[in-house]
Amino acid sequence: MKGSSANRKTLQARKKSVRAELVEALSFSAVGKRSKALRQAQGERWFAGLLLAATSLLAAPAFAQTVAITGGTVALGDGSEPIEGGTVVLRDGRIVAAGRNVAVPAGAQRVDATGKWVTPGIVAGFSRVGLIEVDAVSSTNDVSAGNSPFSAAIDVAPAINPRALAIQVNRAGGVTRAIVAPGTAKSIFAGQGAVIDLGSDMEAVTRARAFQFVELGETGADEAGGSRAAAHVLFRNALREARDLGRFSSPISGGGGAREPRANDQRDLPLEEVPDNRLLSAGANRPDDVLLTRFDAAALVPVLQGRQLLLVHVERASDIIQVLALKKEFPRLRLVLVGATEGWTIADRIAAARVPVIANALNDLPSTFEQLAATQSNVARMRAAGIPVALGMINDDEARQVRLARQQAGNMVAVGRVPGASGLSWGEALATITSAPAEAVGMGGEIGSLRPGRRADVVIWSGDPLENSSAAEIVLIDGVQQPLDNHQTKLRDRYRTATEGDLPKSYER
Amino acid sequence: MALTRRAALVLAAAAIAAAGCTKSDPPRSASAQAPRTPPKTYSRDPFPSTYHRYPGAVTAITGATVFDGEGGRIDNGVVVLADGVVQAIGGPDTAIPAGATRIDGSGKWVTPGVIDIHSHLGDYPSPSVEAHQDGNEVTGPVRAEVWAEHSVWPQDPGFTRALTNGGVTSLHVLPGSANLFGGRGVTLKNVPGRTMQQMKFPGAPYSLKMACGENPKRVYGGRNQMPGSRMGNIAVMRQTWARAQEYKRKWDNYERNGGEMPGRDLAMDTLRGVLAGEILVQNHCYRADEMANIMDMAKEFGYKVAAFHHAVEAYKIADLLKANGVCAAMWADWYGFKMEAYDGIQENIPLVHNAGACAIVHSDDPNGIQRLNQEAAKALANGRRMGINISDEVAWTWLGINPARALGIGERTGSLRAGKMADVVLWNGHPFSVYTRPERVWVDGALMYDSNDPKRRPVTDFELGQPGEGDVK
Repeated sequence: MKGSSANRKTLQARKKSVRAELVEALSFSAVGKRSKALRQAQGERWFAGLLLAATSLLAAPAFAQTVAITGGTVALGDGSEPIEGGTVVLRDGRIVAAGRNVAVPAGAQRVDATGKWVTPGIVAGFSRVGLIEVDAVSSTNDVSAGNSPFSAAIDVAPAINPRALAIQVNRAGGVTRAIVAPGTAKSIFAGQGAVIDLGSDMEAVTRARAFQFVELGETGADEAGGSRAAAHVLFRNALREARDLGRFSSPISGGGGAREPRANDQRDLPLEEVPDNRLLSAGANRPDDVLLTRFDAAALVPVLQGRQLLLVHVERASDIIQVLALKKEFPRLRLVLVGATEGWTIADRIAAARVPVIANALNDLPSTFEQLAATQSNVARMRAAGIPVALGMINDDEARQVRLARQQAGNMVAVGRVPGASGLSWGEALATITSAPAEAVGMGGEIGSLRPGRRADVVIWSGDPLENSSAAEIVLIDGVQQPLDNHQTKLRDRYRTATEGDLPKSYER
Repeated sequence: MALTRRAALVLAAAAIAAAGCTKSDPPRSASAQAPRTPPKTYSRDPFPSTYHRYPGAVTAITGATVFDGEGGRIDNGVVVLADGVVQAIGGPDTAIPAGATRIDGSGKWVTPGVIDIHSHLGDYPSPSVEAHQDGNEVTGPVRAEVWAEHSVWPQDPGFTRALTNGGVTSLHVLPGSANLFGGRGVTLKNVPGRTMQQMKFPGAPYSLKMACGENPKRVYGGRNQMPGSRMGNIAVMRQTWARAQEYKRKWDNYERNGGEMPGRDLAMDTLRGVLAGEILVQNHCYRADEMANIMDMAKEFGYKVAAFHHAVEAYKIADLLKANGVCAAMWADWYGFKMEAYDGIQENIPLVHNAGACAIVHSDDPNGIQRLNQEAAKALANGRRMGINISDEVAWTWLGINPARALGIGERTGSLRAGKMADVVLWNGHPFSVYTRPERVWVDGALMYDSNDPKRRPVTDFELGQPGEGDVK
């Protein structure tokens, strides 16, 4: 006998945040909004110098200029190992070239990164950045909508706040892009997620409606009414309704709606945005026995057609196998597994299905019965089986702390030094937080590495970016240098000494 | 409990002495002072520790860089463990007993075992199913009668991860923060046991978990009960302390002078213990202004806060913390998950330390407890970037002697000194590097984890027969 729905909700919250003192915030919140995230000298002199130089280089007209970052240890983010004394050349917001023996074009402005490390910006593989200001303050939390009649039709793009503190703080931490997913509330379908940048301008969305997000494990079972079997029926029914709707209707805007997918090869996704399928023509007839709203069914048409990725959160090995089996029934589905804590136990099957995975790096506790086989070796073992693996933060500080991705990647190297465990090489580890998440959502050609043609999201670090002691010193997004100060840095400066001076603290800034 | 045990011994000795008197001394007249039979009182230690150290070989770690946990550093150091204690610590010329097992620590680091002052392992164990939610007695804001130890499930796999990945040798398990008075916390040795008592740190004092701020007022205000506001929080706490003072007067008088035994109140027993200085207050509190209120309240009622936990705004009142001698137990970089955490900054720990106050790194998390060394490393680096230059070995006090002292076990563990418990970690690299993990962990001189020996890796009952049993986690 399962607990009451309220208890199960509480339980799920607890799964996501064992921090006892946070638990109450969910369980007993008067507002009752279900936040998935409840859970959150010398170098300076150098920095100042480089910052000045870089500012003059990269100021407004400089956007079109050619810039060469020289002398640093350069890591491309594509899985290759770092290159000492490498060069990165960028122009018009894109990478021109990066690596060893890269010629500095005549007239290029040089940025000396000697002693520093240069990498692509970090790509947060699964996050809710920009959707929350304060998790427990429900009015600022746009992750899920328990009282909405909609599910799959929900599109996070309009809710992204480019001025969210989390965007500023994580930008300062070297995160330049994020895959942002909504959370489920009353359906297994959470809605459509976006890929965003963490720049200081007001245009955050890189690609809207990049994917649909669905829960098919314990959470999905709960949303579907109490069992995994019910979740699978609900899923199939939803795709049937989408198929019926798609058959009888055509989009009234947003070209390419009915175009056939090119292939099942997930690495070959078209780059254009999926149109807003809520705009499907109103003339489509629907039978009476439908569960989904018209908007929700319409939103699943591109999923069914393979024009929009389907990110599926499952952890347990048997659940993963069931998800992979969906491709037999719906051959055009383009799947990405999210979570997959037990993936290592069936890595050959995932590899054979050519489905990428976005995993939590450091899950090593049997925190639920769907994660009994949890180990920090999961990521490396799946990689060794040939699965493309990216790191994400699944229901674990994903709204505020995606900057911790590099620490997690560093730990993926560390675990390789423990006898009997499996780890990643340094280059592979960096790739899990740069190119791998970009490729998982079909954007590897645009972001996530320093390969030619990619957007110039570049970070200059004080040292090895996977080390605890390093920090981002210069952050470029689309070639534009980003401000790194924020609420937190200003508090730090105000309280350098705790005591007041001639005036109260409120006058110090 | 060191104090209470001593008290019990004194009472026992007095009883023997009194008995002796009646045997050998001539009877005295009624007018002479009556022989004082101490009044019957309640046990301060009804669930005594049955922890015992496991056998350990005499071991000498040589050639390692040693952080002693009190701020000292020895390059090319030698640490000798024997009979459960640190027998010697010093430079390369330190005498090594004949027959000692020698471990070459060159290129490696040795530290005292990590101490987590804020854990809920056992009380919120894995798997985190509803049946396991035992960390909060959410039935009233004053629940000082509950003891976290009675919720501890010794089979929580989290204990093993804290040992093998985190090098944690002692931890303090606290009730949650739903209540103003959450109950007693217990200090455990991170050695698996069949019972909680087998894990219980012998002689460690109890703590009282208190909480200010959002949680209690939300939990009870949401039920239309007091407290429903921050002022309600303080009012209920003060009223409760006033009752505790009255209770203490009655019991002190009874234990001194006899007479009719006062009624027992288990919650008040705990509060009386605090007022008597036997039980330490561990106080969940985020905001600077609230910590100041709590410190004034503590003065009003004559007790002391050992540490503020979470203390996200400790940096704003680091001077007050120093002046009051109160530690701050903190995360490295958590912020923003709730309103009272909105002003969290990455330099909190070094700023508190730099002001001369006592800084502690804590986890409050079954994952975080596995990487407290990394949390300290991040905080240290963030401090250095703003010009606060703290050495690595001094920063280890945040994981060593500072939490040990705040738990009242600073004389026993938390640093590597001759005669102290041999709670030791040999790290396979610099312990502030992200690439480093424990290679071996000793608790009281017994080798409880060896990364090279699968037989020295604990597997809980819960994990037996499950996928991944015995795997490196």
